[in-house]
Amino acid sequence: MRGRVWVFGDNIDTDVILPGKYLTITDYKDLGRHAMEGVDPEFPRKVKQGDIIVAGRNFGCGSSREHAAIAIKYSGVSAVLAESFARIFFRNAINIGLPVMRCPGIRERVKEGDVIEVDFLRGVVTLPDGSTITCEKLPERLLEVVASGGLIEYLAKKGGEI
Amino acid sequence: MKPESKLFGELPLTHRILARRSGRDEVKAGDIVFAKVDKLMIHDVTGPLAVKSFKEISEKTGRAKLFDPSRVFVIIDHYAPPPTVSAANNQNLLRKFASEHGAVLYDMVGICHQVMVEGVVEPGEVVLGADSHTTMYGALSAFATGIGSTEAAYVMVTGELWLRVPEVINVFLEGRLGRFVYGKDVILEILRRIGTEGANYKALEFLGPGASSLTMDDRFTIANMSVECGAKSAIFYPDQALVEYYKEFAKDMSKVLRDEFFSPRDLSTVSREETINIDLSALEPLVAKPHSPGNVVKVKDVEGVEVTMAFIGSCTNGRLSDLKEAATILKGRRVKSGVRLIVTPASKRVYQKALREGLIDVFLEAGAVVTNPSCGPCFGGHLGVAGDEDVVISSSNRNFVGRMGSAKSLVYLANPAVVAASAVTGRITDPRDLAG
Repeated sequence: MRGRVWVFGDNIDTDVILPGKYLTITDYKDLGRHAMEGVDPEFPRKVKQGDIIVAGRNFGCGSSREHAAIAIKYSGVSAVLAESFARIFFRNAINIGLPVMRCPGIRERVKEGDVIEVDFLRGVVTLPDGSTITCEKLPERLLEVVASGGLIEYLAKKGGEI
Repeated sequence: MKPESKLFGELPLTHRILARRSGRDEVKAGDIVFAKVDKLMIHDVTGPLAVKSFKEISEKTGRAKLFDPSRVFVIIDHYAPPPTVSAANNQNLLRKFASEHGAVLYDMVGICHQVMVEGVVEPGEVVLGADSHTTMYGALSAFATGIGSTEAAYVMVTGELWLRVPEVINVFLEGRLGRFVYGKDVILEILRRIGTEGANYKALEFLGPGASSLTMDDRFTIANMSVECGAKSAIFYPDQALVEYYKEFAKDMSKVLRDEFFSPRDLSTVSREETINIDLSALEPLVAKPHSPGNVVKVKDVEGVEVTMAFIGSCTNGRLSDLKEAATILKGRRVKSGVRLIVTPASKRVYQKALREGLIDVFLEAGAVVTNPSCGPCFGGHLGVAGDEDVVISSSNRNFVGRMGSAKSLVYLANPAVVAASAVTGRITDPRDLAG
């Protein structure tokens, strides 16, 4: 996939990804309208379908709220690449079909607005100047889950059994 | 079921539990296992999304029953009682779900994690909760970790979940906590040393003579906030204090002390160089400054910072001992004019005990607002939200930007004695200076 980059720093926590005041929302699209508001109130209006978030360390730290991953996905973001992820956020993203991948070194090498190419199957990101970054490929099973669109779709494909 | 060549004491309890519940003799860090789940918890923030996913799973796979209704706990706590129509609607959805499927419902009787440790979770269990502070049940020697709503729905249907076996970080404790120093300060010290990512994906295991000197309440606080270091889980080994604890719930856990499975760790197999070593006697009250639980300094370093709001409560520090310690400071004193102190007992049980012991009266006399058991202020939900100019000193667990309300508010995290002392003086105060 290919997309335009939005850049964020370290320790982007779930309280800024999806602020507490929106926690009673259960509609996915509505959640999408508030993605990243705690760190950039304009993000939901600026982001375009297919854009990619690139962040520093410990992305998604804090709460287990799946709302955070849902908000990012339904804001139009097609993938999140980061130096490292917090555990529950990472699992939540996979489970709702939001592609995520750990890419050490990426934060330093991209800037906002860059258009990059991401190959999840090979675990490679290609930058505008043609250079590449080797990322931590997702294990087979998790790639399948994401490719299916999330855990439920994956379960449905497997006829209800894993 | 254990590896022939090894004694249980050589294996971390975290790994013993995951091995047993996934049908293996042994596991090692990095293994992916499918673990049978003993108990699953959802609450009124994560539950509605979990129910939505459960319904989707039912529609798409035809699987529409809970794996075991008696093991699925639906807890209404975050917005108890509901301050908005949408919160009320979400809670009604959960009540209906619990009723239709036979799940166990705890309806506005306490914060989810407090309720779960009041006689529900047992040692050796694998317990998953749709909330990050599920790690708290590790104080009861269970493997407990937080998961998201869609995964919770998956567990509701299948009764199991894939988990990556975590590496273990051993925390070796010695000495005893001093006056006005508590479990909260132990976990803040760990955060100070390793930061909010220092234990990412790992399991903290608390060892050494200091561990057994800690009260159960201290252990709950430590296990609870371990998630702020990125930890997947945290665990204490069973001892007499644990057995005593369960007596209140009419459960005899003494068998656990005789069960080889729960053998204490053989410390000769633990490298002290690789452990986090803490001398409890040397700890002081600590404070996490805005805007991260890892931004930790001594209370002395922030003394004098003026506060406008103080909060004693949350799953982290809303238990009876927390209220008692706060009450010893507040007795005979008044909350400073201009400061609002909100006290939220973590459960109905705690609230009733506090009432009987006269603590609620102390809080009211001092000028505090005492609320019903709820998560409320901790996550900026209700019962005391922070405004644009508020500076909060709180016994809760997170102080990220906007955590307790306005994105402009500042939140300092500390132990309940620090919070109480600060409410009295109107500025962050070392309780040791106030006592007497």
